[in-house]
Amino acid sequence: MSPRRLRAVVMGASAGGLEALARVLGALKADFPLPIAVVQHVSPVADGSIPALLDDRCRIRVKEADEKEPLQPGTAYFAPANYHLLVEQDATLSLSTEARVCFARPSVDVLFQSAAVAFGPALAGVVLTGGNEDGSQGLAAIARAGGLTIVQAPETATAPEMPRAALAATPVDHVLPLEDIGPLLARMAHDHD
Amino acid sequence: MTRSNGQPPAPPPEAPDAPDAGADVLGIEIDCLLEAVFRRWGYDFRNYSRAHVRRRLLHRMELSGMPSIPAMMHHALTEREFFGSLLAALSINVTEMFRDPPFYRALREEIVPRLRTWPFVKIWHAGCATGEEVYSMAIVLREAGLEGRARIYATDFNPEALRQARDGIYPLDAIRNYTRNYQAAGGEASFSDYYTARYDSALLDRALREHVVFSEHNLVTDGVFGEMHLIFCRNVLIYFNAQLQARALDLFHDSLCPGGFLCLGTKESMQFCGHPQAFEQVLPGQKIFRRKLAHGMPEGAEP
Repeated sequence: MSPRRLRAVVMGASAGGLEALARVLGALKADFPLPIAVVQHVSPVADGSIPALLDDRCRIRVKEADEKEPLQPGTAYFAPANYHLLVEQDATLSLSTEARVCFARPSVDVLFQSAAVAFGPALAGVVLTGGNEDGSQGLAAIARAGGLTIVQAPETATAPEMPRAALAATPVDHVLPLEDIGPLLARMAHDHD
Repeated sequence: MTRSNGQPPAPPPEAPDAPDAGADVLGIEIDCLLEAVFRRWGYDFRNYSRAHVRRRLLHRMELSGMPSIPAMMHHALTEREFFGSLLAALSINVTEMFRDPPFYRALREEIVPRLRTWPFVKIWHAGCATGEEVYSMAIVLREAGLEGRARIYATDFNPEALRQARDGIYPLDAIRNYTRNYQAAGGEASFSDYYTARYDSALLDRALREHVVFSEHNLVTDGVFGEMHLIFCRNVLIYFNAQLQARALDLFHDSLCPGGFLCLGTKESMQFCGHPQAFEQVLPGQKIFRRKLAHGMPEGAEP
């Protein structure tokens, strides 16, 4: 693995994502040195309880993303229901109500593609369980920009379609079961500090 | 069980090892395009959220089959019609009737009773897009018996969106969702009273438009808009950077009469407002703000 200095992590999940995210984010310590932006597909009328629930179960801070919020280390930002989440080049967050992408708003592709522009090779992208193809184009964009790509091993996913679509769309660096993803991120984040 | 798929993390054709690695050439091209559009047509997108603009322009480029941003710039400078397609790409018209039902319920229950205290009510709907929320407000006013003494000024920078707003014709398959929203927002009539279905379209009741004035107005470059009692600007500020949000919020401050209300989108805030002390949030959990009667005047000290 070539040395790299990461500045941010993005994650996408759909069906089965709550448990998967609890597992991955729960493995990170409070001093995890990177920000994490997350799209979990939710119903347009979801009440934002998922970040609150995960905040209780994780040592890092977990919150719903606010518009123009600057990314901070050790914090996971969840896209609000019915808004796309984007990362700006000045490492702040933007929201958008533009049309659904891959039938989804928020869409993993939208987050990943914007973050790939903002962070280039200093970005890690993680595709977790899900029953659709969202995230595959975004992960390919991260790979093209030289970023680190991680996909949950499909056979370990509640819904394998999203990891499979990502693997079909791009060469990836790591295909891992859930329990190995958090520790890998922790190692990669602390390398070259 | 890290698994190699046999290929190294492929360096992208346009990025790392090139001598100008890190130079965001596309970003520079987009800057130039926005500058060109501003100088040629007067529409200023230079302070829009850049991630959003980049996404929309690349999407437009793909649809139009243009090879590059500079190619698009050439067409945008010389062809009114192509410029129109860029304007459409940069204008977000995704909206719903009674979008965020809890907001409309709060409007009905908390704000409408206060609007009644004015003899005449002026409402500005800034960034009304294709008009769904304008008609929603017109319905709220009608059900409150305020329609006759209210006027709604519905503005947008995009003439094509305004034309659709004036028409008030929406796809019939969206109406089911609007009906759900209407009911969740506390609507008491039958929503089907407000439209006529024709083929796969729903034509909204013409009478709802009687007290609505549609006109072009650009929050980025145009000025103050009358002495308003209520301003709606929902899910517009999210597309602006901090500087442009501050400008728009200034404009709303100056356009509101004392005691008037400003309604923002659920995820928007006053964080970049130049005089936050001039406003108070009316309800916890809803982005409804009231311009105070006068600085320092205690709550309830109304004339």
